[in-house]
Amino acid sequence: MPEGFREDLFEPDRKELAEAPAYRFDLDRRGWMSAVGAGLLITAAGKITPSPGAEAATIPRSTRLHLGEDGSIVVLTGKVEVGQGSRTEILQAAAEELRVVPSRVRVMLADTAVTPDDGSTAGSRTTPSTVPVVRRACAAARELLVREAAAAWDLASSELRVEDGGAVRGRQRFTYADLARSTALNLADGDSAPRRAALTDSARWTVLGTSAVKAEARQIVTGAHRYPSDIARPGMLYGAVLRPPSYGARLEEADLAPAKTLGAVAVRDGEFVGCAAKTSHEARAAVAAVSEAARWRTAPHPSSEGLGALLKRRARTSGGGRRGPRLRESGDVDAALADAKTLEASYEIPYVQHAPLEPRAAVAEWEGRRLTVWTGTQRPFGVAEQLQEAFGLGAAETRVIVPDTGGGFGGKHTGEVAIEAARLAKAARKPVSLRWTREEEFAWAYFRPAAVFDVRAGLKGSRIVAWDFTAYNPGTAGIETPYDVENVRTRYLPCDSPLREGSYRGIGATGNNFARESFLDELAGVAGLDPLAFRLANQDDDRLAAVLQAAAKSFGWPDGTSRGEGRGAGIAAGFEKGSYIAICAQVRVANGTVEVERLVSAFECGAILNPRNLQAQVEGCVIQGLGAALSEEIRFAGGRLLNGSFSRYRVPRFRDVPPMETVLLDRPDLPSAGAGETPIIAVAPALANAVFAATGGRMRSLPLRGAAG
Amino acid sequence: MRFKVLTNGAERSTECAPDRSLLDVLREDFGLTGTKYGCGEGQCRACTVLIDGRPAASCLTPISSVDGMSVTTIEGLSAASRLTVVQQAFVDADAAQCGYCTAGMIVEATALLQANPSPNRGEVLDAMDGHLCRCCGYRAIVAAVELAARRTEQDDA
Repeated sequence: MPEGFREDLFEPDRKELAEAPAYRFDLDRRGWMSAVGAGLLITAAGKITPSPGAEAATIPRSTRLHLGEDGSIVVLTGKVEVGQGSRTEILQAAAEELRVVPSRVRVMLADTAVTPDDGSTAGSRTTPSTVPVVRRACAAARELLVREAAAAWDLASSELRVEDGGAVRGRQRFTYADLARSTALNLADGDSAPRRAALTDSARWTVLGTSAVKAEARQIVTGAHRYPSDIARPGMLYGAVLRPPSYGARLEEADLAPAKTLGAVAVRDGEFVGCAAKTSHEARAAVAAVSEAARWRTAPHPSSEGLGALLKRRARTSGGGRRGPRLRESGDVDAALADAKTLEASYEIPYVQHAPLEPRAAVAEWEGRRLTVWTGTQRPFGVAEQLQEAFGLGAAETRVIVPDTGGGFGGKHTGEVAIEAARLAKAARKPVSLRWTREEEFAWAYFRPAAVFDVRAGLKGSRIVAWDFTAYNPGTAGIETPYDVENVRTRYLPCDSPLREGSYRGIGATGNNFARESFLDELAGVAGLDPLAFRLANQDDDRLAAVLQAAAKSFGWPDGTSRGEGRGAGIAAGFEKGSYIAICAQVRVANGTVEVERLVSAFECGAILNPRNLQAQVEGCVIQGLGAALSEEIRFAGGRLLNGSFSRYRVPRFRDVPPMETVLLDRPDLPSAGAGETPIIAVAPALANAVFAATGGRMRSLPLRGAAG
Repeated sequence: MRFKVLTNGAERSTECAPDRSLLDVLREDFGLTGTKYGCGEGQCRACTVLIDGRPAASCLTPISSVDGMSVTTIEGLSAASRLTVVQQAFVDADAAQCGYCTAGMIVEATALLQANPSPNRGEVLDAMDGHLCRCCGYRAIVAAVELAARRTEQDDA
C-alpha cells in the first residue's frame, strides 16, 4: 500500500467551512474510563499508556485504540456516521491490521470529550486521511503484540504469526488481552509501540476489500438505533423556535405572556424567541401564540427570477483570502485564443437544498456551567467551538456528542440547532430536545450555492489550445480542468448571495463540472468529433481515460444506444478529491420532460475498501445527482421560499430511478480515496449532453427542462 | 383528553389535545423513537406505522382518530431478539445507508407482503413509492423487499 496520499488534491472548497481547530479538552474522563475499563491505550503516533481504571488521571487526547484486559478492543475517531459507512470502514481497517474478527472491534465516533479531533466529516476525507491513521495505530499494536509475545516466549518475532487476535506459535497463544495485562511491558512515559509498523498489503487483505455488513444494521432495522432527534434525557422538555416571516425580517416586538399562559417556558434573547414544554405539540402551540402578536420589520429581498444576473452584479472582484476572488493562469490564454477557432457559452445552476431526511436536531443539557449537546453535525469540534462562543464557555465546559445522524450531504456543518437547544435548556433549567421541522430545514438551513459560468475556449483541429473559465459563486472545488490544455485561465468570483450558502455533496465541483463537461460537448461539435473521442484526444490522465472507456464499453457507446423518437445519449466525466467518474446516459425527451432511460457509471477511487458500500455510495450519489439535474431548484420571492417542502421540491423517488449500471474499477495499487461526493459531478452534464443529442437543443441551466434553451 | 392505543400489543394511554399527532405520542409519550419524523405532510412516509394492520403516516394521524385502535411500530414487528423476514432481508441486502427512512420502509414492506406475498416489481414500486430515501438507496431497498418476498414464499412452500 503506497504511502504519501496527495494532500494537494484536497484543497478545501472556498464554500467549505474552515476545519475546526485541534482542541485539547481537559475534561473529566471518568465516564469514558468506566466504559472501557483497564487496559492499554495506544495513540496514533504509537505512544502507549496504561489505563489502570477509573483512577487514570491523564489519557492522551490522541488515543486511537484501547485494548482492554477483558479482551475488548475500542477504536476512536472524531469522524461521524451520516450514512456514508464510516463506522464500518474504520472497523474493517482496525480488524484488518489487528488480525481480529470485525465483530470483536467497537468503534467510538465523534464525542469531543473522548475522541480525537479528526476535523470535519467532509471533503471525502475519512477514507484517505482517517483510515490510514487508524491502520497505523492498529498495525503498531499488532507489532507490539508480537514483540511482547516473542519476549515472553524467548523467541524471535519472525517465529510468530498473528491470527484471530493473538500471536501464535504452535499451541501457544498471546492475545491482545494478555498484552493489556502484561506486566513485563515497560511502560515508562513516552514508551512507544513499534513505529512505522508495516501496513498490510492490499493483496493480503482479508477484511478490507470485502463487503462487510454495516456494523449498526441490526439496530437500524429494529428501530433501536438512536439518532440525534431520538435522544431522551431525564426531565427533558421539547422546544420550538419563532422564525421570521421572511428573510431579513427583524423582530421589533414580541410578548411572551401568551406562551407562559399555556404553561410553556418562553425565552427572548435578542432576536431569538423560543419555547419549551412537556411535548413538542405544546411548544409549537406556545410559539404560535407568541407569533400571533409579534411585530417584524421586513426588508426587501430579491427573487430567484433573474438570479444569474443578480449574482453577476454582486460578484466580488477584489479582496483577498478565502472570501475573495481567485485567479489562476498558465500559458498565454489571450494569445492562444487569438490564434484559434473560438467558442463561448454561459451556464447557470440554482440553489439546491440537501434535505437530509432527519432535519437538524439537538438535545442540550446543562450541569452548572457545563454544557453537553447531542446533535447531528459533520463538525463536532466546530460546533463545540460555536457553543463556546455563543455562551462564553471554555473548551472544558462544552461537550458535543454526535449520534449516528439521518443524512448530511454536506448540509450539517453548522451548529445553529445546538445553540438554540442550549439556549432553551438554559432558560428551562432542564434538558431540551429541539428538532427542526421540514419547513425550517428547507428555509433556515443553508443551500448549495447558485452560480453562473462564462466559458471560452480555443480549438486547433481536435485539440483544445486555450481554456478561459470564469465561475461566479459555485465554490472552487473542481474548478481546474482535468484536461490537457496548455493555456488555462481560471477565475473564481464569489458573490454576495441572497441566500445562506454552504457545503454540499461535491460543492463547487457540481456546477464547475456541469459547465465544463457541457462545454466540452459543444467543442466536440465544433471539432466535428464524437464526444468520447474528443475527450480522449484532450486528456493525458490514464485514470480519466479508464473510467471514460469503462463507462462507454458497458453502455455500448456510441452504437449501442437507441435513437429516434426524441432519444439521445450523452457522456461526461470528472475528477475530484482523488477519484474519477464517467457517466453515459440515454434520455428520451417528450412533452417537455426529460426521461432517463438508461444510465451507466464507471467509478475509480483507488483500492476498494468495501465493494458493496462503495456501490451504495456511488449509486446513491448518482441518483441524488439526478434530482439536482432534473427537478431540484430552490425558488424564492419576497423573502420566502416558494417551494420549501417535499410536496413542492421534488427529490428522487423510487420510480425516478432509471435502469442503471455501476462499474467499479478497483486499483489495489493505489491509495483509497473517498467516494461519497465525486459521482454526483458527472450526472447533470451527461444528461444535458444526452438532451442535446436527442433534441439538438443545448440546455445551459439546471434543472434541465425538456424544451431547448 | 385521554386516549388509549393498543401499542405493539400493550395497552397505552396518554392525556393530550385531540389534534396531537400519533407520531408525537409514540415518540414523546411512549418512548418509541424508532418511528421517525421526516416532513409532517405525509410526503416522505418515514413515520409509517400500522393502524389496525394498515400502513399510515403517523405524522398526519391525530391521536383522537386512533383512540381504542391497534398500532404497530417498527419496535413491535419482531418478537424478542429474532428479526422478521423483512428486517433480515434489509440487513442482508444492505438496504440502509443512514437508516433514518428504514423503519418506515420496513413497516410498509411488511404490510405489502402480508397482503401480497409475491409482488412483482411494479407492485413493490407502487407500495414503496410514497417513501423517500434521501441517501437514494432505492435499488437496495427494492432488492431487500424482493428478497423478503422470495424467502416468504420459500417458507410457505
